[in-house]
Amino acid sequence: MTDVALPAAPGVAGDDAPARPDFEIVPRRGLPVVGVVLAALVAAIAANELWPLEFFHVVAGGLWTAFDLFLGFVLGPIMGRLAIPARVELTTRLMPKLLLIMPTLVTCTLASGWQLGRIMGTVNAGHPDHGWIVASYVVVGVMAVIALAVLEPANVAVLFELKKRRPDPRIIERLMKRFIYTAGITGAMQVTTLVIMTKVAAG
Amino acid sequence: MSERSLPPVTELGVVSMALIVAGGISIASSLPGEVSLGLPVVLLAASAALMVGNLVALSRVRGFNWPAFFAVARWALLAYCVIAAILEFVFVNDGTRGGVLVVLTLSLLVYAVHVPLLIGFTVARYQPLD
Repeated sequence: MTDVALPAAPGVAGDDAPARPDFEIVPRRGLPVVGVVLAALVAAIAANELWPLEFFHVVAGGLWTAFDLFLGFVLGPIMGRLAIPARVELTTRLMPKLLLIMPTLVTCTLASGWQLGRIMGTVNAGHPDHGWIVASYVVVGVMAVIALAVLEPANVAVLFELKKRRPDPRIIERLMKRFIYTAGITGAMQVTTLVIMTKVAAG
Repeated sequence: MSERSLPPVTELGVVSMALIVAGGISIASSLPGEVSLGLPVVLLAASAALMVGNLVALSRVRGFNWPAFFAVARWALLAYCVIAAILEFVFVNDGTRGGVLVVLTLSLLVYAVHVPLLIGFTVARYQPLD
């Protein structure tokens, strides 16, 4: 999953470090919402009915793809051209929410998608579209490795750095390089996901 | 910014996660028929070994901010255990049993431990020890 890059301010930390609003790294008010969504997901899987599973897979998957492409290729470049205080303020308001939203969307997409594939038979090795489905596993796998092992740790570390009284721009710059290096891969994988999923849906 | 020498925790974490994902794909692409567990078991073992190696290497770092590491990693561990439990529920609910379920469960365990480790490490490496 892509998140928003926050280019670092030039120079080193000091009295000229940009002022930033106080914020929660994990917005606690959002946790009950996440809990309700995940409980509904478990209920949908337990019920094993087509419609709720399709709802979770299409809605969460669509939002996941849209978030990734929008953040990586629309909002990210815009943020790069904002004034430093504006970037910091947007980042401290946006990234904590993404810490809750993105893992929830990914979990809903994958869990409901697997169950949906079992019902529709697309995950079965003998299905005509099985090759496309296996390709989607690879695409999701690449995105998962990038998101879980590279981007999410950087996302959390940037927020911790911004929590400091004097954030060090060099640390933020180093961490944010990860987003720049992986944005193209993630974007390509998401576009590939759209191609695969529309093909499978069209039959 | 801390410039001290640290083990390649993130790099090993990427490889470990890639191995887990490859093992999962290997199993998922064979279902619901007979699944050969040889390759997934090898990939899982290699991934787990890298995770243990990461833990050992990190434990030997002097001056590492362990309080910051655990403050972050414990909550991340809770979150990823919840996610892993949901994925486990999907497999059990689908009737996955036997060796396949064991391999998938252990893979989820590695995933649920290694991701918090990476998050805690990435945060703590830049937090000065008070």
